[in-house]
Amino acid sequence: MTPQDIIRPENKVYARPALLNENNMHYCPGCSHGVVHKLIAEVLEEMGLADKAIGIAPVGCAVFAYNYVDIDWIEAAHGRAPAVATAVKRLDPTRMVFTYQGDGDLAAIGTCEAIHAANRAENIAIIFINNGIYGMTGGQMAPTTLEGMKTSTTPYGRRVELNGYPLAITNLMTQLDGTCYVTRQAVHTPAAVRKTKAAIRQAFSNSMDGSGTSVVEVVSTCASGWKMTPVQANKWMEENMFAKYPLGDLKNTVQQ
Amino acid sequence: MEEEVRLMKGNEAIAHAAIRYGADGYFGYPITPQSEILETLEAEMPWETTGMVVLQAESEVAAINMVYGGAACGKAVFTSSSSPGISLKQEGISYIAAGELPALIINVMRGGPGLGTIHPSQSDYFQATKGGGHGDYHLIVLAPSTVQEMADFVGLGFDLAFKYRTPAMILADGIVGQMMEKVVLPPARPRRTPEQIAEQCPWAVTGRPATRRPNVITTLELDSAMMEKHNERYQQTYRLIEQNEVRYDEYMTSDAEYLIVAFGSIARICQKSIEDARSRGIKVGLIRPITLWPFPTEAIRQLSRRVKGVMVVELNAGQMIEDVRIAVEGRVPVCHFGRMGGIVPNPQEVLDSFIADFPDSRH
Repeated sequence: MTPQDIIRPENKVYARPALLNENNMHYCPGCSHGVVHKLIAEVLEEMGLADKAIGIAPVGCAVFAYNYVDIDWIEAAHGRAPAVATAVKRLDPTRMVFTYQGDGDLAAIGTCEAIHAANRAENIAIIFINNGIYGMTGGQMAPTTLEGMKTSTTPYGRRVELNGYPLAITNLMTQLDGTCYVTRQAVHTPAAVRKTKAAIRQAFSNSMDGSGTSVVEVVSTCASGWKMTPVQANKWMEENMFAKYPLGDLKNTVQQ
Repeated sequence: MEEEVRLMKGNEAIAHAAIRYGADGYFGYPITPQSEILETLEAEMPWETTGMVVLQAESEVAAINMVYGGAACGKAVFTSSSSPGISLKQEGISYIAAGELPALIINVMRGGPGLGTIHPSQSDYFQATKGGGHGDYHLIVLAPSTVQEMADFVGLGFDLAFKYRTPAMILADGIVGQMMEKVVLPPARPRRTPEQIAEQCPWAVTGRPATRRPNVITTLELDSAMMEKHNERYQQTYRLIEQNEVRYDEYMTSDAEYLIVAFGSIARICQKSIEDARSRGIKVGLIRPITLWPFPTEAIRQLSRRVKGVMVVELNAGQMIEDVRIAVEGRVPVCHFGRMGGIVPNPQEVLDSFIADFPDSRH
């Protein structure tokens, strides 16, 4: 059997989703963003939502999400994506509206917008990338930075007496009556990727069904910001991030 | 809804005019002296009739970002606030300008700085006309002096915003917002359909049909050469607006030997001062800028060639006077009379100040 015999259309088991374009991603090796972008493209395609989806991009590394997923996008000011999404969805409830936000964007400067959009039960999906650091500005402390974790603004490690506690904002959002689905996932193994994909599908489905606000946190790696190799970063995330941010569904009020 | 004559506050007139214009959405946050806009919209429940969205946001910051989102979708959306709240909105306004999005922002000014007072002022002239937020941009700024103009400028502001794809501001003061006058409300027209929006705003974020490339509204450009090109495009739009959209009113200027320049509610007080002056043989006329940006520079320049002096009257420490001085180019003396902190002068105070500054005006 030659390679030509194997590379035939009927043997194809996997393909790049058509919505994920050919642009070279600017993300670092080992970064979780690329995987989550691909999952969003796959889910939109499989659900037939490409013409209904409107994404709200954040400030941070994923500010350029619109360069990779070929749907309509609005790039929001830092932290304001849930407010932008609120208006987009209310002005046309037939659209599937989601925000894509990092931990600095959602859990620091945008806490107010995130909490209030969720409390109003806006029918939006929030994809929340938590890698415990500000990636784009060069590795500063985030609200989700772990105790003792070194960043460029906590060079001797995060100290609670100086910087407060790591903020598990997703847990906070389960307390709001407006959230229908809150889950915490990761994309460090094939099995985890499949679970995250199912979570994104559920969140997008909730947006279309008008069930309320869905939050999909993806505990992620930032190999460059953490100053590790991609393999080290995955291992460090499993050993440290998952202890503070354990994976699994935190809330689901929607009948499957 | 047919044309209708009503007695109402300026703030209420804005709410009614927006519904009748076919606005798609309003996003606001309470602050005195403009809360009647949000209250009136909530009481009218336009979502039951025209389908207009009305939402009380969690902050001025959220409200302006809702406007940014709605505008990106090609919808006719607006927000309103008063001075401290407008300061909070400046980041979002800068994004709307950079995104080349149409939107209407209403500032019913109160006295500042800081939390200031709830009483009328015009102390946000600099902020409104020189940019306000970060970056090189302008707003189209309309200054109403009557309740009728509060209503009329809603439609005008939206039309100009969509024509030039740039945010417009109604810069009112607490007097125009709070006083009641007769107002003729225009007949209602329907909101635009999704098809009309797709046709009129091909850039709008609507969900991407298979027939076109993705529409992306972003204000980020890391390539400086590209960012300069964007800036050049913004500036071309501003030059076009300056050519086409200058608006002002003249009152008794044909034989005037002196000129008063004033905008908004204080311009009406100045009309009374001018009538009193003329009864004493002092020939004064008034220019009332209606667009504060673009400013009626040329009209003031022409008049400055045949008057002996100019007085600028404002409810602030002297802001518009800088633009008047640029127009007058030092030909004749330009003086200022202003009250601050929410104090509104009466016609006699204005006239006394005028005579003190121009004692030779009494022949």
